[in-house]
Amino acid sequence: MTATDISAPAAGGQPTRRPRRGGGPARTTNRITPWLFLAPALAWLLVFSIWPSLNTIRMAFTNAKPLGGNERYVGLENFALILRDDQVVNALLNSVVFMLICLPLLTILPLLIALLVEKKLPGITFFRTAFYTPVIASAVVVALIWTFMLDDRGLVNGLAQQLSFISEPLPFLTERWLIVISAVSLTVWKGLGYYMIIYLAALGNVGKELHEAAAMDGAGAVRRFTAVTLPGVRGAMLLIAVLVCVAALRVFTEVFIMTGGTGGAGGEALTMVMLIQQYSRGFSGDLGYASALSILMFAITVVPLLLLGKINSRSNA
Amino acid sequence: MSAVTDQRGAVPVAASAAAPPPPRRRRARGFGSMSLGEKIGRYALLVFVLLICVGPFLWQLSTSLKSRSEDIYTRIPQLWPSEPTISNYTRVMEAIPVWSFIGNSLFVAVLAVAGNVIFSTLAGFALARLRFRGAKVALGLFLATLILPGEATIIANFVTIRTFGLADSLLGVALPGMIAALNVLLMYNAFRQLPAEVDEAAVIDGATAFQRFWSIAMPSVRGTVAVIAIFSFIGAWDDFLWPLIVLTSPDNFTLTIGLQYLSGTFSNDQRMIAAGSMIAFVPIAIVFAVLQRHFFKGVEEGGVKG
Repeated sequence: MTATDISAPAAGGQPTRRPRRGGGPARTTNRITPWLFLAPALAWLLVFSIWPSLNTIRMAFTNAKPLGGNERYVGLENFALILRDDQVVNALLNSVVFMLICLPLLTILPLLIALLVEKKLPGITFFRTAFYTPVIASAVVVALIWTFMLDDRGLVNGLAQQLSFISEPLPFLTERWLIVISAVSLTVWKGLGYYMIIYLAALGNVGKELHEAAAMDGAGAVRRFTAVTLPGVRGAMLLIAVLVCVAALRVFTEVFIMTGGTGGAGGEALTMVMLIQQYSRGFSGDLGYASALSILMFAITVVPLLLLGKINSRSNA
Repeated sequence: MSAVTDQRGAVPVAASAAAPPPPRRRRARGFGSMSLGEKIGRYALLVFVLLICVGPFLWQLSTSLKSRSEDIYTRIPQLWPSEPTISNYTRVMEAIPVWSFIGNSLFVAVLAVAGNVIFSTLAGFALARLRFRGAKVALGLFLATLILPGEATIIANFVTIRTFGLADSLLGVALPGMIAALNVLLMYNAFRQLPAEVDEAAVIDGATAFQRFWSIAMPSVRGTVAVIAIFSFIGAWDDFLWPLIVLTSPDNFTLTIGLQYLSGTFSNDQRMIAAGSMIAFVPIAIVFAVLQRHFFKGVEEGGVKG
């Protein structure tokens, strides 16, 4: 799911940048044929994207239950409850902290790795593929691996104690902020290869001529990096920054698995999506409240996207 | 490093009648060959990153092969099992119906690949190569849904699936994922980049829209189709949240849900959890290793570029 998100803005942004080449000849087909081609995709879009969006808004004003049954409108009650819900405050705070740590790490480290694998050295394909492996693994698998490594007696605590960095094991999987930090390390580790590919594509578009010209003018490696490489990948960097922010707000599996579905002691390390999931099932579930939470989540994820749009339109003007 | 750029660099030098060698040598040092020191440095860094990226998988693999008599919590990590055994894997097979979970995951993943490849190529072709009223609106619809995080509509999607009578069914898990707006746009992009002349001739010869799609356009966008197929498979195979919401009976569990069940039930048996996670990871790693050439090629061709 997340993996396919990379190229979203690229796909949308390209029409403005590239001269129009395609677009088949006019007056070739009848009016119905194009819609036959589009029908399945549009039907899916309607049933599984557009209708659920509207239905989410509708349900947010009801007390709908996961097991069906009587449903009635409750006005703004769900939203009023959100404002008084400590778990929502916790979840939002966790997301912000998570985002603030992930953002610098995931915009810079993948660029450095992309620069490392950009040169076509013998065996470079092997390294690229290997660096991409964490991306293709399921978040469940990755979270289980890290749960074991971050265990009180696990690899990380064991090594750190062996090397006398710490005297007592750190409770990576039970203390609230350590859970957040563990989730960050897991996310960064899993995301490196993903963002590396985006940078790699961007680096490929930076003209080699520019580098050569700069080198002929006597620019050193550092100067070439700041004067040629960085401006060349600026667009990719912005895109990645936004993707990282949005992804931070959508975190679920990592924390769910690492805390056995609890979100740590007292559920303090819960994320927004974990809250939505908790209210989605069983007798104690509440689809109305979960829908209100979904709207809140959507509203927050739109912010980084709007920022990107603004920056983009300014730099194009 | 192409011949074209070399010539371009050489022209002004020749024109100003200066001696060409010095700039060329400087350029060569910067770009052509790498000094031995730099090569060693680069490989050292590559190996370092490799250890970070692959190390945890190897550690898990090693744990899954350790026998019960071996301590898996030693302070100094033992990567090589002292008495390698596959007993942890057989115990996983006894604890959960692994094969049926794999079958369930495969079912969902195959539907996701088929749906995404067929529907998004059809739609992308129509948007890019057929001219008709309403094309812009349709394209706008696909673009607009991109900003919608799937998690925000997951509750309403569950209600829809329940209305269809598909709650707690594999079809219910597979159905919403059978098309992604993003893939339609990726195909739209790929089809748009084919030059218009390609199918003008076909139009003159009286080819139908479907013939143009199938025999002319499709063969030229194989790279993008491969990327979509690979991503759809991985996405469906790895998905956790949606099947977790839809499925309730263990018979229908996909592998990720089964794995979570395993880790919850045998939380103190780390060797078994390790074996279970390897069972989920190895198939996808093999699929990717086999197809990685198409993947990286496809990504370079279109997709991410821009």
